[in-house]
Amino acid sequence: MVTDFTWMIGGPQGSGVETAANIFSQVFSKMGYQIFGKREYYSNIKGEHSYFAVRVSEKQIRSSVKGTNMLIAFDAETIFRHADDVLENGIIIYDSTLENVKVSDVITFDNDFKERLGNLLKSKNKEDTVKGILELASENGTSIHSVSFRSLLAELSEKLENPRIKNMSRMFNVLGVSLSLGLLMIPSEKLTESVNSIFSKKKSIAEMNVSAANFAYNYATAKFDNIGLKFDEKEIEENTLLVQGYYGTSIGKIIAGCRFQSYYPITPATDESNFLETNEILEINEDRPGSTLVIQTEDEISAIGMAIGSSLTGVRSATCTSGPGFVLMIECLSWAGINEVPVVITFYQRSGPSTGLPTRHGQDDLMCAINSGVGEFPRIVYASGSVSDSFYDTTQVFNYADIFQVPVIHMMDKFIASSVTTCQRFDETRVNIDRGKLLNEISSDNYRRFEHTEDGLSPRSKLGLENGIFWNTGDESDIQGHISEDPVNRVQMMDKRQSRLDYILEKIPESEQIVKHSEGDFCIVSWGSTQGPILDAIEMLKNEGINIGFVEIKLLEPFPKELLKKSFSNSKTIIDIEANYTGQLGSLIRQNLEKDPDYYILKFTGRPMTCTELYDTLKKIVNGTAEKREVLTYGA
Amino acid sequence: MALKIGDYKTDVHNDWCPGCGDFGIVNSIQMALAEMEIPRHQTAIFSGIGCSGKTSHFINVFGVHTLHGRVLPFAQGAKISNPNLEIIAVGGDGDGLGIGAGHFVAAGRRNVDMTYIIFDNAVYGLTKGQASPTLKLGEKTKSLPTPNTNYNVNPIGLAIASGFTFAARGYSYDVRQLKDLIIAAVNHKGLAFVDVLQPCPTYNDINTKDWFSGVDRIDETTKKAMPRIYKLEDTDYDPIVHYSDETELNQKKTQAIVKSLEWDEKIPTGIFYKNELITPYTRRLTDKIPNYIENPSALQNISKNNVPITKINQILDLYKV
Repeated sequence: MVTDFTWMIGGPQGSGVETAANIFSQVFSKMGYQIFGKREYYSNIKGEHSYFAVRVSEKQIRSSVKGTNMLIAFDAETIFRHADDVLENGIIIYDSTLENVKVSDVITFDNDFKERLGNLLKSKNKEDTVKGILELASENGTSIHSVSFRSLLAELSEKLENPRIKNMSRMFNVLGVSLSLGLLMIPSEKLTESVNSIFSKKKSIAEMNVSAANFAYNYATAKFDNIGLKFDEKEIEENTLLVQGYYGTSIGKIIAGCRFQSYYPITPATDESNFLETNEILEINEDRPGSTLVIQTEDEISAIGMAIGSSLTGVRSATCTSGPGFVLMIECLSWAGINEVPVVITFYQRSGPSTGLPTRHGQDDLMCAINSGVGEFPRIVYASGSVSDSFYDTTQVFNYADIFQVPVIHMMDKFIASSVTTCQRFDETRVNIDRGKLLNEISSDNYRRFEHTEDGLSPRSKLGLENGIFWNTGDESDIQGHISEDPVNRVQMMDKRQSRLDYILEKIPESEQIVKHSEGDFCIVSWGSTQGPILDAIEMLKNEGINIGFVEIKLLEPFPKELLKKSFSNSKTIIDIEANYTGQLGSLIRQNLEKDPDYYILKFTGRPMTCTELYDTLKKIVNGTAEKREVLTYGA
Repeated sequence: MALKIGDYKTDVHNDWCPGCGDFGIVNSIQMALAEMEIPRHQTAIFSGIGCSGKTSHFINVFGVHTLHGRVLPFAQGAKISNPNLEIIAVGGDGDGLGIGAGHFVAAGRRNVDMTYIIFDNAVYGLTKGQASPTLKLGEKTKSLPTPNTNYNVNPIGLAIASGFTFAARGYSYDVRQLKDLIIAAVNHKGLAFVDVLQPCPTYNDINTKDWFSGVDRIDETTKKAMPRIYKLEDTDYDPIVHYSDETELNQKKTQAIVKSLEWDEKIPTGIFYKNELITPYTRRLTDKIPNYIENPSALQNISKNNVPITKINQILDLYKV
């Protein structure tokens, strides 16, 4: 019986790879398995290579592994790119008509890859064709199942007496996933159910795809050699969700009461705004329907500008972007800083510099989020490590923004955004809303927006509030908000704003600043989406009797220096893990703790870390054979 | 108690140069607000950067002095979130037609129901007189080392091409007309643009008050100066788009653009174009959010006793395994 299995499908962008993976994920989640899927794609609309790897397991999983147990390919590029990644005793299902395609026939290969592949085949004395690479895989113990996808369509077309089907190569995706489920002997009704649900928007298309799915499924059970794998059906854990990575921040914004989101399209942030607009009309307890205004703006400057304008009316407002968009927002961010405007920027990082790897993962914007700005002003930078965390964190960052009257930058990334995972249903009873010193009524007529108070936070009026007139300016201002260049006032105002950093560290509960997942002599320190692969790797090591500590820093600005010191107190060796080149968190640790982490595990290929890579590298560290800086490179 | 002009003035010291055209614009805005009796707390002035950016501090309503070129995004965000607010955005011509030109065009496409006033003096005053987008090609105002090498933007033409549904031009020394234009702009259902010709006495030594008054052009018979400025309302010019018809629309847009190009000898002021047949953005939103006007973002409750009241169960159920 199989307990942990990775399945992969690849194909040109636009060929429905994602749909196939969603069918697979749904089927296995309905069988009671935990799912972790990740999607990789080029910055391209149609034609470039994309793939989706779905890992299924009996127990909780939070990351991908190195290698795949089963590969489905209906184009030559997928075979060339991934065949050697199929694990021992793995399986490849491929379209037999591709056998004689040469490496040079695949026009979408990057030149570097073409050269590496050519060298590999040459060194193994294989011809430079699909056949050659499959021979290689076969010698490595992979079982290979071939079928002509076109013939399948032709037979189905005849069976259904529908000549159009013959040429519907866009159904290759459904054929592929169904062949694999047949070979894995998954109950066919699960497949039907899933295909129906995924194509639920159009009945005729659903029907056609169900026919194709069942046809391919039956073909596989009848014609493919049994591979002896068996997946037991389990009871579905109560309250399990199957979610896309960006659902956490999206649904978090809805329940947190974010009623305004402005954005400019950018990968991988746009999915969130799209989700909010799709769900723009909201059901409200004991009240008329509410709504989220989702405004697509002319650029990111306008996106943040509008969100600030909205916030001034008392609305919880946000924008969502990625690195190249965030840097355009800096001037407005500084304006929000000096004017103490609560606004949330959800920052889905990808890999830079500049547009870098536009559709790939990275955590290289931490310093940018913390430091970019005109002058000195307080802000909060907060990072989430998983889809589920991002739901609760989103509701919290709106509270932080309101309570501390600062802009909050909520760090997410492409790894989380484009993963698909099972998780516990988001628990709304854990969510609270605290709007800080926002006023709904002012009776006296001597309101001053920036009045000095003991905690440095002034009661906050909003546009439209009677007796609450205030002024804002990007210049230094007096307590009313009028321009002031007076040096004494300047010191008072700087103190007022900057003292908030200490106040934030004092008021945010320690458990929300830093999460100590485990203890050990060796202690990992990290932030954001590395959480998943780290936790999985730690568990793998634990099974071998090796205990590794893990401190996840969620609050990155202001930096919880003292708390971090305390968290490290029982550990001898500190290992910094991040998806960037320089170890940006490491530099914060050097700056704040005057201590350099003992080891760095870094990855900046644009592909997320796998737990296997981390397991291997951590073991090297424990065994004393690692370099101080270990760089991970796995992934196509 | 009826509101008076004085109620709309703050006691903030005004540091514009003596003789600055901006004074006339601020007075006109204050006069317009008083005449319309708009409650102070329901009004907000958003301003950009530069001399004109200080305007919001001189008017005793909500005042949001934003960033260079960014006044329209801030203002639209506020208006869309709370459509009950009366919002007037102001800024210089460099602010709105130079660094903020992208926002200007996008704002036209949205047609949010608010007013935008440009203080148009053809120079960047606060940075000491560089050429701004409305300075004519080849002109050399006093602090330019060499004549201007860029062609000028036509603010009225750009507004109409971008989708603004009201475009007018005022002159800062005709406060009464300007006040009326601002009232018309505020009452207009949609995005209203008022381009205000405003001499900069310190840096623009070409388009001076005397130049606009035609001091250099003496009528031989009357021996009086022949002002360059004239008012469209004194002619038979009809700026209004009366019915939804392509020919009517094109004719009104075209005549406005052609009219706006008059310069040098005769400079028209008044309303060039007005079209209330195009739905304002706020109305467009009700097509997808039916109760948007009654229950906009700014008026919605999001919690009761710190507990969220938005239901997410239906959404979560979609993803239930």
